[in-house]
Amino acid sequence: MSAMEGMEKIDPGGTEAVADVRTQEMFINMGPQHPSTHGVLRVLLTADGEVISSAKPYVGYIHRCAEKIGETLTLEQFTPYTDRYDYLSAMNNNLGYCMAVEKLCGIEAPERAQYIRVIVAELNRIASHLVAFGTYGLDLGAFTPFCYAFRDREWILSLFERLCGARLTYNYVCIGGVRHDLPEGFLEGTRNFCDHMEKTWKEYDTLLSRNAIFVRRTAGIGVVSAEEARAWGFTGPCLRGSGVAYDVRRARPYLVYDKLDFDIPVGRGEAGVQGDCWDRYYVRMLEILESIKIVRQCLDVLPGGDVKAKVSKALKAPEKEVYLGVENPRGELGHYIVGGGGKNAYRMRIRGPSFANLTILGKLLEGAMIADAVAIIGSLDIVLGEVDR
Amino acid sequence: MGPQNLPVQPAAPGVLLTTLDEALDWARRGSIWPMTFGLACCAIEMMCAGAPHFDLDRYGAGAFRPSPRQADLMIVAGTVTFKMAPVIKRLYEQVPDPKWVIAMGACACRGGPYYRHGYHVVKGVDRIVPVDVYLPGCPPRPEALLDAVMALQAKMDRMKTFSAGKPGPAGEPAGAGKEKEA
Amino acid sequence: MAMEFPVIAKLLEGRFPEAVKGAVTDKGDPWIEAAADSVPEVLEFLKEEEGLKFDLLLMVTGVDRPDAEGGGSIEVVYHLLSTTEGHELVLKAVLPRENPVCPSAVPIYPAALWHERETFDLLGVEFTGHPDLRRILCPEDWVGHPLRKDYEYPEEYGGISAK
Ligand code: SF4
Repeated sequence: MSAMEGMEKIDPGGTEAVADVRTQEMFINMGPQHPSTHGVLRVLLTADGEVISSAKPYVGYIHRCAEKIGETLTLEQFTPYTDRYDYLSAMNNNLGYCMAVEKLCGIEAPERAQYIRVIVAELNRIASHLVAFGTYGLDLGAFTPFCYAFRDREWILSLFERLCGARLTYNYVCIGGVRHDLPEGFLEGTRNFCDHMEKTWKEYDTLLSRNAIFVRRTAGIGVVSAEEARAWGFTGPCLRGSGVAYDVRRARPYLVYDKLDFDIPVGRGEAGVQGDCWDRYYVRMLEILESIKIVRQCLDVLPGGDVKAKVSKALKAPEKEVYLGVENPRGELGHYIVGGGGKNAYRMRIRGPSFANLTILGKLLEGAMIADAVAIIGSLDIVLGEVDR
Repeated sequence: MGPQNLPVQPAAPGVLLTTLDEALDWARRGSIWPMTFGLACCAIEMMCAGAPHFDLDRYGAGAFRPSPRQADLMIVAGTVTFKMAPVIKRLYEQVPDPKWVIAMGACACRGGPYYRHGYHVVKGVDRIVPVDVYLPGCPPRPEALLDAVMALQAKMDRMKTFSAGKPGPAGEPAGAGKEKEA
Repeated sequence: MAMEFPVIAKLLEGRFPEAVKGAVTDKGDPWIEAAADSVPEVLEFLKEEEGLKFDLLLMVTGVDRPDAEGGGSIEVVYHLLSTTEGHELVLKAVLPRENPVCPSAVPIYPAALWHERETFDLLGVEFTGHPDLRRILCPEDWVGHPLRKDYEYPEEYGGISAK
């Protein structure tokens, strides 16, 4: 820890001189309104000088009762609410939920719909990682990445807007397929975007990934070992950042992912230690490239046909229980749906990846420097809407 | 460069005459400092509005401040819950007068999609703090937020602090009452 | 190598003849029911045993069943995953609805820390041995457990009307 070494040099009197100075631990309340907590997260830090001695995260500030609503409304009616728990990757949420319902009710989406789903899910993954990239830069004091990322994200949003009319809450993937077929020009627009993104990715990389200040602030900070990552229920880029090559798309393939060729980037400790903030950040960056690869393959082989299977208007949830996890930009989004024979789910549990990834925060912040708290929280890339649901 | 949209009378070369009220309103309108305060999905659209593509700064409202004490506009972007309500109230009280509130999104206006079954959702931020501009949508587009800011500017233009008497109570700028009657 | 559900079920039944109450396979995803007191033991075994190695606890949750026989029950459900072997498992413990108490899984899987707090908050299941069992999503002084089937929406909270 380079920062600590610096500290010792600054301290002229050494520990003995400090011994008779009365010191006191300091409480720092971070949030719930704080620009770097990515939403309404509150962390109560106890600091001994510059070092955090304990940290207590508080969540629930946007607990929006999604599970209760999921148990009250009909299966079809709940789809728009899925957009809203992880609002940076609404397509993926739609997808996770609809696939869980399809598994429960025994519906299969037509092949064309499956490919379209993969395309939109991966585009949304890119958009989400762009926000992660931009805001992480912002957290660490770099404004340009934010401007770049939001500029390119607009491209994806306008594609989605053509697709379904919304910029953020799409409600496009539906039970049985997708709401309607691709609009004219979508395929071409997507291709152009892929070409553009691949070019600008390199810019991004030189702008932030190898920036000396950025590396100093993230490498070797907030290290989570592979063992810890598993024990604390990490999934997604956080788990892979610690070197565990686990991806739901590969391990338990859904849709057409088993026909597609893509790599699973993992953290290797290139800049510091394996499983540090930089690794988690860089896994996301590499995933952007993988997503482009996947989208391109789908565009090449997109089959024709229907985009929606026949689904009964009065869809009933049979008395069964299913769990289905999909790979969201933040990790495994799981829906555990218990049917009760009615039109609504009897019990709906949403496993938000951010919720699980954030559990470790208290432990991770212990012993870290105050200035690193922001870097650590940012590297977990949480969306509070999903933590609190 | 002459002040734009400021009703002035040329008095002599190099001298412009206007009323203090108008000058004050004009100055306020052109320098709104919103607080960085995102709650949920709508906050993402607020960020987009501040990002280069939409550029809220063009309207003189882009100086996002992380501290309420440096801000004069609170954009409540997202769902307000009971756990968050006391915090919002406190933040509002920390904003120095005169201050304004935009309720962004269906949630902040009336609970939005969570109106019926959201046991933990406050059905509108106006139950906690007074609101100047309601902006419906789920989420509203960034352009809509620009529009809301312009609506707020129009409201600021009518404040007339001096001629309308003393400023009203917190959050109720003088002249706001007149508008409500209209 | 991923193990099939029947193999895992047999393994568990052989190892814990008392605690494991059976496997249900005809209702969607199969699950294994275990006695509440023995949940930590069973989880420990699932985590450590060679060939099983369930190293990732995906989630802990609960299902309220007020109509179940014997005055209603609350099921606590554990979803487990093995990142190395590639298999999944659902484990259930059924608790009486009146007094739902279950030993905590935190000593084995720290990941359960928040999941159990949430289950406590929303369903009122008490996890003994949990280091920090407080409400997590609702405010500390919230009344009732929202995901119980007989929950009534509040009239007001903190002086703000909720209707
Ligand atoms: S209005 Fe809609 S988009 Fe905005 S916070 Fe509420 S649910 Fe989210």
